[in-house]
Amino acid sequence: MKLLIKNGRIIDPANKINRVSDILLENGKVSKLAKDIKPNGAEAIDAKGMIVAPGLFDMHTHVRQPGREDAEDFITASCAAAKGGFTSITAMPNTNPVCDNRGIVEYIISESRGNAIINIFPIGAITKAQKGEDLAELADMKDAGVVAVSDDGSSVKNAQLMRKALEYSNMFNVPVISHCEDLNLSQGGVMNEGLTSTLLGLLGIPNISESCIVARDIALANFTKAKLHIAHVSTKESVELIRQAKEKGINVTCETCPHYFTLTDETVKGFDTNAKINPPLRTKEDRKAIMGGLKDGTIDVIATDHAPHTEADKDIEFDLAPFGIIGLETALSLAINELVDKKIIKWDELIKKMSYIPSEILGLTNKGRLSIGADADVVIIDPDKKFKFAKETIVSKSKNSPFIGRNFKGCAVVTICRGKVVYKA
Amino acid sequence: MKWQRKDLLGLEDLSADEINLILNTASSFKEISERPIRKVPTLRGKTVVMLFVEPSTRTQTSFELAAKRLSADTVSIAASTNSMQKGETLKDTAKNIEAMKIDALIIRHSSAGAPRMLAKVLTPCVINAGDGSHEHPTQGLLDIFTIKEKKGRIKGLNVSIIGDIMHSRVARSNIWGLIKLGANVTVCGPSTLIPPGIEKMKVKVTTSVKEAITNTDVLNILRIQLERQKGKFFPSIREYMIKFGIDSEILKGAKKDILIMHPGPINRGIELAPEIADGPYSVILNQVTNGVAVRMAVLFLLLGKRKAPFLEPSKKGRF
Amino acid sequence: MILKEKAKIMNKEAMDKTLTRIACEIIEHNKNVNDLAIVGIRNRGEHLARRIVAIIEKKQKEKIAFGVLDITLYRDDLTALAQQPIVHETCIDFDVTAKHIVLVDDVLYTGRTIRCALDEIIDFGRPKSIQLAVLIDRGHRELPIRPDYIGKNIPTSDKEMVDARVEEFDTKDEVILVEKIND
Repeated sequence: MKLLIKNGRIIDPANKINRVSDILLENGKVSKLAKDIKPNGAEAIDAKGMIVAPGLFDMHTHVRQPGREDAEDFITASCAAAKGGFTSITAMPNTNPVCDNRGIVEYIISESRGNAIINIFPIGAITKAQKGEDLAELADMKDAGVVAVSDDGSSVKNAQLMRKALEYSNMFNVPVISHCEDLNLSQGGVMNEGLTSTLLGLLGIPNISESCIVARDIALANFTKAKLHIAHVSTKESVELIRQAKEKGINVTCETCPHYFTLTDETVKGFDTNAKINPPLRTKEDRKAIMGGLKDGTIDVIATDHAPHTEADKDIEFDLAPFGIIGLETALSLAINELVDKKIIKWDELIKKMSYIPSEILGLTNKGRLSIGADADVVIIDPDKKFKFAKETIVSKSKNSPFIGRNFKGCAVVTICRGKVVYKA
Repeated sequence: MKWQRKDLLGLEDLSADEINLILNTASSFKEISERPIRKVPTLRGKTVVMLFVEPSTRTQTSFELAAKRLSADTVSIAASTNSMQKGETLKDTAKNIEAMKIDALIIRHSSAGAPRMLAKVLTPCVINAGDGSHEHPTQGLLDIFTIKEKKGRIKGLNVSIIGDIMHSRVARSNIWGLIKLGANVTVCGPSTLIPPGIEKMKVKVTTSVKEAITNTDVLNILRIQLERQKGKFFPSIREYMIKFGIDSEILKGAKKDILIMHPGPINRGIELAPEIADGPYSVILNQVTNGVAVRMAVLFLLLGKRKAPFLEPSKKGRF
Repeated sequence: MILKEKAKIMNKEAMDKTLTRIACEIIEHNKNVNDLAIVGIRNRGEHLARRIVAIIEKKQKEKIAFGVLDITLYRDDLTALAQQPIVHETCIDFDVTAKHIVLVDDVLYTGRTIRCALDEIIDFGRPKSIQLAVLIDRGHRELPIRPDYIGKNIPTSDKEMVDARVEEFDTKDEVILVEKIND
């Protein structure tokens, strides 16, 4: 099986390539990168004026299977991902049951392999049932196939337990992804603490609720020398802490999500539950700091934190509605419009943050690059294609997005996974 | 000034003209409650449903009297008997009530934004009777009405609001209304109960009761919710009384014609000393009286012109 | 719609004379002014009523009970109005029970305003009688209502309007016959 992509601008940060070229995919692998490759029986795609990049890699996806297949499942999540240009996503462990043992990990791997049209990599829980009390069988889960461990959705409250998780997972080089939130400081809040929460009379989650634990976990990472990845950074204080940690050479990486560099807490005015996210949408200053962090490299990764919720679950009182928004289908376009078009980062950087670095952090060195012999996971991006993100066009089973109705320019037009076209606009 | 709105959700939404229209209308309605027959036929045939998901005797009674004095039919649904406890969503409950053909839904709910959510999906008027810590527009209006009645104006007056500003919808509605009408507003309370960013609402913030009282024309004292706040936001009721309670001693530094207000119910001897609550400065019971007139005005403005939609005979359910 | 002034029915002088005559008739009809109360209907009826009270008080050298009605809340056509009307205060500071009440209004037309006023005054108690004084009666009654004291009868058509103006409200005392012309 051969696929030839012609005349596209190849952007492959891993190999520092950014030039117009043809690329040949053969037997699920990248086989050749050169000008004027002859088809020789290969199916050809003309990518003139397009960007050809390694398939995007989302290291923060909530797939909801098992447990809430009414909100999302492996098939719909993978279809939404493919439409968004992703060829790999991760499955966060806060499912029902929680992915905290080999059984669930194997279930996710086998079940998704049969159904999903792209790669789904499981992430295991740090603690049993994500209760923050006892460590889950991290090594066994690693052997079964998890690419990272995380209690995402909640924070590991106990600093001693977090230390042990870092020390233990360091034995087999698995990154610990930390959802940084001090629940006492969050005080049951439902949005960012600030003028807007005061005006709306809603309980606020302050910036320090995040940055306190970011500081703690950086200190623990420094102490244990383990691999720490900080999930969904949303505040200017966190960006500054991570910047300083990196300057000191501490082994820490982090991600932010498109909504944190696009929206502010004012989106919550009107009590739209599709703007209810944890961490919450922050202020203008935080948004600016996030962009600064993306620009100077403090923030390594753009992840979606794709968190599907059914309409019934979201269509209730604001303070009772669950946190989270979907993001797979808008992440790339938001990054193009808010970061590349506004000259915050260049295309190479974008591909780096959405593909190459995630694969590096998770140790999947056949992904996120177009090296000869790497997996033939490729996205073709039309940087000029305009579209309106309409509710009816959402592929994800859930429709909880604050971006419905937004106009975009630039999106994935062809997504190829293991050498096979899985999405075509 | 024409009234255009379908709903009354908060004073943040209203212009100064709209607020004044309600206040002026309310002053015309005050007299009705003084008549031998305290009832006018204005809203005959209109149905007003009160959905109180969070209990409140005073506000509910006030709304009910206001509706009845305008000859509207009223139905009250109390929190203990509502179907939300059976797992029905608020929207479904409201849609069911709407299907019984009503003209207005007055809602009290512990979740901020709940009235707005219903207003978006319901044809009947929605009146916010208090939503979480967000707004309590009719309380704000009746407070402002009482101040205007006693002082003759709002513009240029100094009004201090004392207590738990953070959790108070009364404070928010008062601030919005008073600022729009040109008063100078000061909020005062323990620093732990001052919400972040409130100074951006163009109010002065202080933690000194003395400062809040000095040179103020009106002192609006908020209720301390003992169960919820004790120990978390301030150490003890004793300390709160000492630092933030209003008694005759602290009022010695006040203007001689100061108005003492309280949205009720009062924790006597905690945020407000009994001799002050019952004293000559107190207009607390005037607030309650005015509450009925203000709510009559709101119901009249929202419902007076409301027509029952004409249904084509073919669309009427007939056997 | 254009309003065209057709004729001046009354000037200030005529209005003063008319009000004096009505006041005299009221005195003649109600021998004991102690039981009498004059109630004006907002807006212009209020000012006409005040003047009638002043005339009677001057003639009889006695205080007359006076009140004002705002009939907005008793209207049967609220939902048909283009605009929400402004509600003004009704002010009846005396006990209407056992009083002879004279309602005063500027122009009597369909009679619906008077119906409202009757309903409203009865909500204040049980007067011994209710009488009606109007400056102008232009006909076209839709209800069985008949004035007791009439300043002037003006037969009109449906296309016409009678515009009574009083100094306190309109800066000028006069009554004008106006024609409505549709564009």
